[in-house]
Amino acid sequence: MNAPEPSSDHLGTVELRIPSKPEWVAVARLAVAAIANRLPFSVEEIEDLKLAIAEACTMCIQQGPGSQTIDITCEAATAQLRVYVRDGRYRQRDDAGAKRPAVVAVDGEGLGIFLIQALMDDLTYSLDPQLGTELVMTKRVGA
Amino acid sequence: MDIKVHVRESDDDAYVVELGGEIDVYTSPKVKDAITELIDQGHYNLVINLEKVRYIDSTGLGVLIGGLKRVREHGGSVNLVCTNPQIKKIFDITGLVKIFGIYDDEAGAKKALA
Repeated sequence: MNAPEPSSDHLGTVELRIPSKPEWVAVARLAVAAIANRLPFSVEEIEDLKLAIAEACTMCIQQGPGSQTIDITCEAATAQLRVYVRDGRYRQRDDAGAKRPAVVAVDGEGLGIFLIQALMDDLTYSLDPQLGTELVMTKRVGA
Repeated sequence: MDIKVHVRESDDDAYVVELGGEIDVYTSPKVKDAITELIDQGHYNLVINLEKVRYIDSTGLGVLIGGLKRVREHGGSVNLVCTNPQIKKIFDITGLVKIFGIYDDEAGAKKALA
């Protein structure tokens, strides 16, 4: 993982790996909601997070049918939650020490990306059929 | 995770699809099947009641949009019943409030179909 160094207000990191199948998306959604509940997010902000994470997992399933797993990493800080959602191919590249591609945006994305952009405060993503899918999104408390 | 789909004929020639639970990438095919079956049977005026829906994502929205496109080809319409603020917010930020008729109760949604 090429995540930035945790800042001093870093509270903890939680990693979750789910099968890349539709029936497991709800598990990711509920797990991230439970993590967000540890921070002073409002109920509405947690609902936003749940939807954004589910959209990201759905994108991994739809964009990367060859992947067996989805990795979700949550970095909790005092006033924000950053979530990395990657399909299994991305993880394999990182494990092998391969150079990661630059984060690129693609045209033609659907409602999923639009919703994540609207609900989260920051989003970068790469939806590459060859290199795998990665979305990095941040929700700030009270933003 | 669960989704409940209940289809019933209304007394004014419309069909009501009552949904309950969570509509996501796993459950949306079941919703799509119910709507597709109605349209295939020639029912083009639909009320989709989302009052008991706790959660909907883009795949659920996609199913509703697909249904609306199909009924419009036959001069029909789809009206929604939705009172959940979080779900209303999703329709709002996606601009779908301009495409669907969204009502607070079933009577209003059915009346607007007429």
